[in-house]
Amino acid sequence: MKHTISVLLQNKPGALSRVTGLFSGRGFNIESLCVAETQDSKTSCLTLTTRGNDLIIEQITKQLHKLIDVIKVTDISEGEFVEREMVLIRVKAEASTRAEVLRIIDIFRGKVVDVSPTTYAVELTGPETKINAIIDMLSPIGIKEIVRTGTIAMARAPKK
Amino acid sequence: MKKMTGAQAIIKCLQEEGVETIFGFPGGAVIDLYDELLDSDVKHILVRHEQGAVHAADGYAKATGKTGVALLTSGPGATNGVTGIATAYLDSIPMVVLTGQVPRALIGNDAFQEVDIVGITRPCTKHNYLVNDPDELVATLREAFYIASSGRPGPVLVDLPKDVVASMINYPKKKPIQMQTYQPHIKPHPGQIEKACKSIVKAKRPVLYVGGGVILSDSHKELTELAEKLSIPVTMTLMGLGGFPGTHELSMGMLGMHGSYTSNMAVAKCDLLIAVGARFDDRVTGKIDAFAPHADIIHIDVDPSSISKNVAVDIPIVADCKYALSAMNKWFEDYGKLDRTSSREKHAKWLAQVDEWQTKHPLTYHEEGDIIKPQYVVEKLSELTGGDAIISTEVGQNQMWAAQFYKFNKPRRLLTSGGLGTMGYGLPAAIGAKLAFPDATVIDIAGDGSIQMNIQELATAQQWGAPVKVAILNNNYLGMVRQWQELFYDRRYSATIMEVTPDFVELAKAYNAVGLRAKTKSEVVPVIKEALATDKLVIMDFAISREEGVFPMVPAGKATTEMLLV
Repeated sequence: MKHTISVLLQNKPGALSRVTGLFSGRGFNIESLCVAETQDSKTSCLTLTTRGNDLIIEQITKQLHKLIDVIKVTDISEGEFVEREMVLIRVKAEASTRAEVLRIIDIFRGKVVDVSPTTYAVELTGPETKINAIIDMLSPIGIKEIVRTGTIAMARAPKK
Repeated sequence: MKKMTGAQAIIKCLQEEGVETIFGFPGGAVIDLYDELLDSDVKHILVRHEQGAVHAADGYAKATGKTGVALLTSGPGATNGVTGIATAYLDSIPMVVLTGQVPRALIGNDAFQEVDIVGITRPCTKHNYLVNDPDELVATLREAFYIASSGRPGPVLVDLPKDVVASMINYPKKKPIQMQTYQPHIKPHPGQIEKACKSIVKAKRPVLYVGGGVILSDSHKELTELAEKLSIPVTMTLMGLGGFPGTHELSMGMLGMHGSYTSNMAVAKCDLLIAVGARFDDRVTGKIDAFAPHADIIHIDVDPSSISKNVAVDIPIVADCKYALSAMNKWFEDYGKLDRTSSREKHAKWLAQVDEWQTKHPLTYHEEGDIIKPQYVVEKLSELTGGDAIISTEVGQNQMWAAQFYKFNKPRRLLTSGGLGTMGYGLPAAIGAKLAFPDATVIDIAGDGSIQMNIQELATAQQWGAPVKVAILNNNYLGMVRQWQELFYDRRYSATIMEVTPDFVELAKAYNAVGLRAKTKSEVVPVIKEALATDKLVIMDFAISREEGVFPMVPAGKATTEMLLV
């Protein structure tokens, strides 16, 4: 099962390398990884998505927690959460398909951010499923390049 | 606050941490620190190879319980230490390793003797640091000592750029260390203790499975109290030997691949397994599905990631073993209806079963006339030292025979590379222990293969007055691999025959040490007596039965009840 794990870590040299080294060294897999500073410049938030059974996920969170630079580890997929990913897609857009491409982009509420005589570059934000869906739609027309950020996520505030 | 050089601050910090002895080897990147050492009270032991320095610090730490310290130069000095660091990491040994580094301006430039040792040792240290800011130097060192020795101990490396060590700094006052991101869980949860104790009361066939955590946390007394009060038989891992007296009537000896028949059968048949400071290593469990298949499992460990890593645990207790065992003893005092007599009655049938296994298949070996059996040598070493020597081992058959036949009655008497299995560990570790306890008898039980991996440290032993005794069980083979080849590879002895071996008696003489040799069984006791009688460095060369194997043996991947017996 897919898990989204949020790791708050100290913004120190090598901290990221400790996290990624842990995954490669112990044979855990990382599907996506996203990291940047938080509101506190001394800490970074790292969101990673991984797959594994409950025992593996338990080990992953325990091992992450054991790293000295790690402040907090949360498997946010355990509760309600919002997740977003951004993608840039360069898709073929020749005279015969330009209108169709624009319609698809519009349906997904994407944005055209770069244009050439034969291509559009599309920006789209959403959960991973939505990103996968537009890729499926645009593939038959001809995708030339895809750059994805990987998922970031945040637990939903408790409802009172 | 007083201005001083980084080197002076490092020495002062070591003294504040109570460090008396460090092990190292100099070089360009640490020359300022070595200059400062000359004027300090910190005793520096010059080794002959950096791996030896780290193993010696390991042996020192294991024997004393204090944090071991090694000092290495940059580049090859640091990389030579990596095997020692990984060894200490796998055995959870408290250790601080200081490495020199090229000046900050040269880092990343492929400078002379530059290596990214922080990057290299990231997966084999508990934590590591590169000190970039001279003002952070002292705080970093203090944190390193704190991390190395607290919680589940382990090695911490501090990489020191040459210009940081040479710069002038203010020496900050010592304050209690508070780390936001590192707070070991020491005290057990009372609810879990109660659950565990209640399940012990219910159990009909309980077993205590004791690991190195009991020794690291100095909780052998609490453990013995619990075992005796509740009449629970005890089995130990390699690292746990000495955590419970080996000659105690409740001791079943070691478990696992080369464990006793009794231990492995007891674990297979028990209905409650109480793991204390042990980590369910593959050499202990064998085939995981067949490990303690009928048992509920209680697991006490200070490291949460050890719990349910290999084997699912029913009652986890995250705590220092000493606190957890004390809390359990207290619970039984307050609420438990069991005392020594009633628990003995309650477990009479189970203890009788354990005795029956013990009688049926005790640890043993076949005598063969006047041929020297390695087990006999270890038995005699055990007898003639009253089981009270500090024993280090190399890795392989020598290590297993030492573990099986030396009766460790006290903790911190066995120094061995259990997790990583590092050949060449024994001699430098013995030297480290001997320097900590000059009056103790320290014996390295070695093989003719592994002793050669760090034999250069004989010079260290001589230079610093550490007259250890080396007992080589010499079969002219890399015996453990040979044993596997004999059993599982149709006796195809690929690269395990030591066709050229030095004359160890002559070698001893070359180091101005005493060399003794026994070729027959009747010569064994006189040789050991002579070695123990002298206060000199001694090598004993025992020409043992060449193809002797270590038994019982559980073939890799098999259930621990599928033992090959003698």
